[in-house]
Amino acid sequence: MSIVTKIFATIRDPRWYQVFVLSLLLGFGILVLDFGIHWQNAVAIFTMAQVTQYLASRLIARIPYDPLSALITSYSLTLLLRTDVIGVAMLAAIIAIGSKFLVRVRGKHVFNPANVALVSLMLLSEHAWVSSGQWGSATIGALALACLGMLVLTRARRAETTLAFISAWAVLLFGRALWLGDPLTIPLHQVQNGALLIFAFFMISDPKTTPDAPFGRLFYGALVAAVAYAIQFVLYEPNAPILALIICAPLVPLIDFMLGGRSYRWKRPAKDSAVPVEGVYS
Amino acid sequence: MKFLITVAVAALTIMISTTAQAFCGFYVARADTSLFNQASQVVLVRDDDRTVITMANDFQGDVKDFAVVIPVPTFIERGQINVADRALVEHLDAYTAPRLVEYHDPDPCNRYELEEVASMDMAFPRSAQALKASLGRSRGVTIEASYTVGEYDILILSAEESDGLIEWLDENGYNIPRGAEAVVDSYLKQDMRFFVAKVNLEEQSKLGYSYLRPLQVAYESNKFMLPIRLGTLNANGKQELYVYGLTRTGRIETTNYRTVKLPSNTEVPEFVQAEFSNFYRSMFEKQTIKENERGVFLEYAWDMNWCDPCAADPLSADELRKLGVFWVGGGRNDRGVKSGAQDVFVTRLHVRYDKEHFPEDLVFQETGDRQNFQGRYVIRHPFRGELTCDATDYKKAVRQRQEREAETLANLTGWDIDDIRAKIDFIDTSSNVVDEPWWKRIWN
Repeated sequence: MSIVTKIFATIRDPRWYQVFVLSLLLGFGILVLDFGIHWQNAVAIFTMAQVTQYLASRLIARIPYDPLSALITSYSLTLLLRTDVIGVAMLAAIIAIGSKFLVRVRGKHVFNPANVALVSLMLLSEHAWVSSGQWGSATIGALALACLGMLVLTRARRAETTLAFISAWAVLLFGRALWLGDPLTIPLHQVQNGALLIFAFFMISDPKTTPDAPFGRLFYGALVAAVAYAIQFVLYEPNAPILALIICAPLVPLIDFMLGGRSYRWKRPAKDSAVPVEGVYS
Repeated sequence: MKFLITVAVAALTIMISTTAQAFCGFYVARADTSLFNQASQVVLVRDDDRTVITMANDFQGDVKDFAVVIPVPTFIERGQINVADRALVEHLDAYTAPRLVEYHDPDPCNRYELEEVASMDMAFPRSAQALKASLGRSRGVTIEASYTVGEYDILILSAEESDGLIEWLDENGYNIPRGAEAVVDSYLKQDMRFFVAKVNLEEQSKLGYSYLRPLQVAYESNKFMLPIRLGTLNANGKQELYVYGLTRTGRIETTNYRTVKLPSNTEVPEFVQAEFSNFYRSMFEKQTIKENERGVFLEYAWDMNWCDPCAADPLSADELRKLGVFWVGGGRNDRGVKSGAQDVFVTRLHVRYDKEHFPEDLVFQETGDRQNFQGRYVIRHPFRGELTCDATDYKKAVRQRQEREAETLANLTGWDIDDIRAKIDFIDTSSNVVDEPWWKRIWN
């Protein structure tokens, strides 16, 4: 295989596009929006995620070490998790990556790694929170464009969950405004939220933790939106989508059992390669 | 038809439509009285689902002509409403206000540590006033309770439909801000309730207050929010709101708007001392524009036990208790141990809002962040006494610092850099040492 072919084979992995977009978002958040991300936390998250991934790959799953998915999880955690304790940041990375190897049903991990880390730390500690308002609404257009661009570039693989979630969420918010007689500027303001975009494009979209059948993914996306709506507008709790995802995740094995479908693998095995598929654990 | 008439009245009397605005609720004017609601201050005490809210406002107008309609997230009953001393909010304001500190350079020919000489807080003129109307009954509105607290007559309404509330207000001669009906309707569907507070002139004169004291409401609800929509209805221009969060864990922030730290800890030219209010207003204006007029600004976040430098002393346990911090005071905490350190974290948020940029009510969350933050601006006075040594290096450094301060100020406020430079008393960098042959100093 020539070098050029090799490079092309590598970047065919959609995760590279994710890394690219997430780097843009992180750079923008730090340089323009001044998120107040402690660099020590970022270093702790990125390092611990890779260490956990390496150790778990070797010791638990006995598969080759693949840094890419752990890298993406690190970006999501850095963008969303706020803490004033570096230990919480480290723990977040360990829980996130560890959960992929330990909480598994029928060969798939159940929880999105960043999601399970965020929720468990928010429940366990007063020192972890998510600042969902920090993105403001002025820059959302550009962010949305970057995310949609990513969908196109990655040939919209398994994007049904994202699209179903966003559509259902928008329908619920606009429907609520119509019912209340509120001006439409209110739901418009509510959907223009950077944290929501990160959630929709990088968390719920995770093909490893969504149902295998296309219809299952549509159903799942809409279900998460409905549960999030109940959390936000009936229970009045913050971070509704993140909480909704963790509540709905255990239903995925059930949906898979009922609807079937083929398990997602990040890398398709090259015809001339003898290396077995490793994406199952990444 | 009633509503149409209201609209017509509001349109005709521009004074009312531009001024009958308020913070959480809306003021309903009975007559064409000039009134300007410049800034309101809300203290939000919150722990778990328990909330105590204290509302103070800078309200100038004739007290007897007004009543205020206040939405609350849940049904409340008699005893949950109280009247607070205005000095409590003023103290909290002074304690958390952005501050200017000044340092004096020591004589560069001596060697002393830089010493902080004085600190001062800035003072915004504040005053308050308000309202009155007549009792009444109307279709769809039941007055659940009607009683007097301090100088206020309180009416707790159980309005099943907004038409009832709006009509009742209308029949009792209040001018309703345009669009109030839709917002009231929306709030009722979200299970929010209302109460009306009017000034009881007799009680007020007995008590001897010439201004409106803050109203307090204690309630239990999982909604951690502040209703601002009614206040934006017919406001002509933007309104100023200060929210003070008193919480146990850490600072509060808005979840549906961006909370931004105000630029702080910067050195500004000496003349800012004389016009600190102007400086602060211009800087705030510039920052709101930078945030596309949608930002909520963090001005102070601190543990209530101390301050450095102190613009005012921290609030006492007694004052906190009166503001509704139910977990302090009483001498003993839950475990029966005498409580020493106050378990209170204060957040001061500043919002300039209008309907266009803040369509939705403010929703808050408490974070675990206990990092201290204050709006602090520094003035360094150069040493202007007689110099007994060659201080050329010092003077050059001061000159550079003054230029840097001018640029910082221009950046922060948007003021013209040349105007700023004209106001700065630049230090003369010429050498103070008489030029004499080098050998004269050898054996001297």
